[in-house]
Amino acid sequence: MSKARSSNIRTGLVHLALLSYTLIALFPVFLTVINSFKDRGAIFRSPMMVPTPTSFSLIGYQTVLGQGNFAMYFQNSMIVTVVSIVLVLLFGAMAAFALSEYRFRGNMVVGLYMAIGIMIPIRLGTVAILQGMVAAGLVNTLTALILVYTAQGLPLAIFILSEFMRTVSDDLKNAGRIDGLNEYAIFGRLVLPLIRPAMATVAVFTMIPIWNDLWFPLILAPGESTKTVTLGSQIFIGQFVTNWNAVLAALSLAILPILVLYVIFSRQLIRGITAGAVK
Amino acid sequence: MSDITTSAALQPVSIKRHRRWHIIVFLFPAFLVYTAVMILPLVETLRQSFYNLVDGQLAFVGLANFKVLFGDARWAHDFWNALRNNLIFFAIHMCVQNPIGVALAAMLSLPKLRFVTFYRTAIFLPTLLSFVIVGFIWKLILSPLWGVTPWMMDLVGLKAFFSPWLGKPSSALIAVALISVWQYVGIPMMLIYAALLNIPDEVIEAAECDGITGWSQFWKIKLPLVLPAIGIISILTFVGNFNAFDLVYTVQGALAGPDGSTDILGTLLYRTFFGFQLQLGDRSMGATIATVMFLIILAGVSFYLFIVQRRIRRYQF
Repeated sequence: MSKARSSNIRTGLVHLALLSYTLIALFPVFLTVINSFKDRGAIFRSPMMVPTPTSFSLIGYQTVLGQGNFAMYFQNSMIVTVVSIVLVLLFGAMAAFALSEYRFRGNMVVGLYMAIGIMIPIRLGTVAILQGMVAAGLVNTLTALILVYTAQGLPLAIFILSEFMRTVSDDLKNAGRIDGLNEYAIFGRLVLPLIRPAMATVAVFTMIPIWNDLWFPLILAPGESTKTVTLGSQIFIGQFVTNWNAVLAALSLAILPILVLYVIFSRQLIRGITAGAVK
Repeated sequence: MSDITTSAALQPVSIKRHRRWHIIVFLFPAFLVYTAVMILPLVETLRQSFYNLVDGQLAFVGLANFKVLFGDARWAHDFWNALRNNLIFFAIHMCVQNPIGVALAAMLSLPKLRFVTFYRTAIFLPTLLSFVIVGFIWKLILSPLWGVTPWMMDLVGLKAFFSPWLGKPSSALIAVALISVWQYVGIPMMLIYAALLNIPDEVIEAAECDGITGWSQFWKIKLPLVLPAIGIISILTFVGNFNAFDLVYTVQGALAGPDGSTDILGTLLYRTFFGFQLQLGDRSMGATIATVMFLIILAGVSFYLFIVQRRIRRYQF
């Protein structure tokens, strides 16, 4: 009896600790979003209150949508992220297939060569990347960002995808070969559909750092027409730093897409992390 | 030996040569992009650290750039300041982020606990936000203008201890590091959580039969079993911290104020290479700092791969 009670107390304490930390994690985001819907007076008078009919105001959002080119920044971020993910998945899966399926001289060396990028950050090559992009006339283009992010995403994608491709049964592939499929068809029609869950995991992992990156947009594509959301909101907030309504609204707008994606993909993402850790 | 293999392989060589083309087709695009955009620039950056302008011409200067970086009073002051700050930044992550992550994971992995998915999802959310969002949110919250933090500290009777932490040289670095910890605690939590779930039930049952439960079970059974995961987290934290830039840039600007107290290697590289306000960009010195960062990260990764990873005892189930 007393043992059951002490275990109840323990469970209660664990919930209390987890709940407190959850509050710490969510509170800043919550505070930003509720205050973005209030007028200036209410933001300062009662920052903790949810907006009431008297304090409700969309002035911040009006400023952001009127002054900033957020629709265009958003479009740029989408193009860069989506094209980079498609390239990482396609090239990554092809290379992972070659490395996991065939035995050839240099297989190990190529695999290790590709793995360098998992640990060594691409940022350290920025000096020469910028020079190369200037020489190729790609500064202030989305192409420059797409190339950099594709290179950045490939090492981890190849590593994860080849782990998964080793689990695809050889019998299946050999049956396909006997039925006259060539190697490209085996890759495209047999293997790719089977590793779709792994592809989704890689897509999520690749997406987050690309969407959030500030360094390369700042250095390679700072022009107005090529700003990404991250860089655009950084500069917008810097200019409007005293207009709290606009700042809070811009922050809320920047959080929104991540929040939506997280709600959709959270299960995939968490399963990906936990499965990856097992290896 | 090699002759025998060659002659044995000679027979099917015509078929093999024919079949090998697809391997090249599969590997080529990834190899090309990765080599052209990542490896060659990295090598080129390392090479440029040995060059500098001499009479307006780029010339090989040997280790002169490094001599300037470590020898010139102003450069050396900036560099050692950034390196020291970076080490403190890393130490705060190791001492705060990873223990909190382990504690959260240990609680989440308790059997029959409810709402685990909810806690997990909520605590991981900040990790996905960009540095820009995180930096500005905390800048607002810690701002003495808004008064949210003093108000909350008043609730627990600590209002007297409030000060504008981000604006004081003595506390700014700690504040920025703690913001980064707040953002990234989800990663150690998830990885340790996965490792804890991976411990077979038989091991835990055997421990219980021997009367090892609760705290001592955690310290004596579970923690040693998740040490490899803690090792991975440490090296990820190390690489991430010595390559950090965005958060400091967002919260404190490129000058990493107040008075350089939050300057880390990433912001120093940005200012040196790209220039800021009155300071002109300097490509050679930028390459030199990038090279030093490369060597630091390489040393850390090698230390992990060749020393830590070999010493950690792994258990196979």
